[in-house]
Amino acid sequence: MKANIVIVGAGISGVSIAYNLAKKGVKDIVVFDDNYLSGGATGRCGAGIRQQWGTKNNCILAKKSVEFFEIAQEELQYPRDIEFKQEGYLVIATTKEEDLQFVKNVKLQNSLGIPAVVLTPKEAAKIVPHLNLDIVTSATFCPTDGHLNPFTVTDAYYLAAKRLGVKFFYQEKVLNIIVKDNKIIKVITENYEVITNKVVNAAGGYSKEIGDMVGIDIPVYSENHEILVTEPIEKIQGPMVISFSLNIYCQQVPHGSFIMGRSDPNMPQGYNVDASWHFLDEMAKTAVNLLPPIGDLRVIRQWGGLYNLSPDRQPIISDVKELPGFYLACGFSGHGFMFAPMTGLLLSEIILGEKTTVDTTDLHIDRFKNSDFKDYEKSVV
Amino acid sequence: MNKKDVIICRCEDVTLEELHNLMKEGYTSFEEIKRILRVGMGSCQGNTCGQLIQRELANFTNTPINKVVTHKVRPLFAGVKLKSIVKALDDES
Ligand SMILES: Cc1cc2nc3c(=O)[nH]c(=O)nc-3n(C[C@H](O)[C@H](O)[C@H](O)COP(=O)(O)OP(=O)(O)OC[C@H]3O[C@@H](n4cnc5c(N)ncnc54)[C@H](O)[C@@H]3O)c2cc1C
Repeated sequence: MKANIVIVGAGISGVSIAYNLAKKGVKDIVVFDDNYLSGGATGRCGAGIRQQWGTKNNCILAKKSVEFFEIAQEELQYPRDIEFKQEGYLVIATTKEEDLQFVKNVKLQNSLGIPAVVLTPKEAAKIVPHLNLDIVTSATFCPTDGHLNPFTVTDAYYLAAKRLGVKFFYQEKVLNIIVKDNKIIKVITENYEVITNKVVNAAGGYSKEIGDMVGIDIPVYSENHEILVTEPIEKIQGPMVISFSLNIYCQQVPHGSFIMGRSDPNMPQGYNVDASWHFLDEMAKTAVNLLPPIGDLRVIRQWGGLYNLSPDRQPIISDVKELPGFYLACGFSGHGFMFAPMTGLLLSEIILGEKTTVDTTDLHIDRFKNSDFKDYEKSVV
Repeated sequence: MNKKDVIICRCEDVTLEELHNLMKEGYTSFEEIKRILRVGMGSCQGNTCGQLIQRELANFTNTPINKVVTHKVRPLFAGVKLKSIVKALDDES
């Protein structure tokens, strides 16, 4: 088989890159994924869409991605529903430091056209009445943040790319990439050999391994992050409620169930995606403390998925100076679902040598050379 | 009986017709179908629909039924209230 471009990984990043390239007229794109449709982080994620970030880069990527999600159902001509719900993110502060930081964040967000506001605890309770106000010191709210169904959005991109001629192979693992004279010449999978000189690494939690195949050291690592879902109930909560200091995000999805997650600071690096009792205990305590009535809901399922973390908690969307033809979309650090429209657009522009829609200097892998990462993203769970 | 009236997944209210339509579109594994129709994601966790869908997939793909992989079993095995978990923790300490 021959291909113009081989994409490794068909998560939300891979399908968006494939779609954007095909839309720009690129032929013979082949995508390999060793799992099912959205079997990686994409199908395991909280699927929250947030523009309230602490770094300029993340704000811009999120805002421009939201603009796409608003028209995605039509643009991708999807027969099912991508369930884009824009009822905001309520970001809860519980300390003085957070109060001050959030005022700064909102200033930055507003300067970039993101309609976030700072709220008193009372104002926050008007939006989410079941908040435990004893522990809330202030909050911020952006009404255009929200949630999407990760399975159907991925399916929508996949179907649209397929209509434009992209070839997808699922359950097909990329085993090696052959480089000769500093040029990619071949991709080897379980059942195929593909002659190509362009490879996109969109392998999520396994992107470092793909880099290793061609001798490029990508400064990312993977870590299990757990999440659970409750039984569905009638609608009681519009926005996602999130707190960095309490370590929780929790939202009710259109289906009616609540999805919630938190990080474990002692989680070792690696590829384990098991569900743990420890998570269930900590999650229950945190959720019932912040949102007491949620305690009445039954947990029906819990699982884990990989964050792929970069040193500054911002993505790597870039070419690689040391190996022409090798492209990266990884290191999303737990927020790559919401950036996917921009991931696909920017990487397609980079691959085709076009002027990029936004400046991508700070998304380039070279930013990590001799850097002390002063400007790293702190607004993460 | 009309396929529209045959419920294949009680938790998520999925009909046999929806299942057959999706299989015709080319989604012929339980994992893919689950992601789109939510079968196996409801409160019974696929204990009811799992075998029914396995049979439908076996017929559609002409595969022996024991070769058709069904859903991944995840914890919890029965729904537990969040506040019961918190109470159990308080009782322990
Ligand atoms: C619990 C949890 C909650 C999250 N919540 C949010 C959220 O609310 N909002 C948000 O924006 N983001 C969230 N994220 C992060 C988000 O899920 C990821 O950033 C995003 O899905 C990454 O997409 P991807 O396509 O880059 O990677 P993935 O979806 O992981 O896709 C990579 C694919 O590559 C395949 N692959 C790997 N190696 C190979 C190989 N050798 N050959 C072939 N295929 C291969 C994998 O099987 C996988 O399917 C969350 C993540 C987790 C785990």
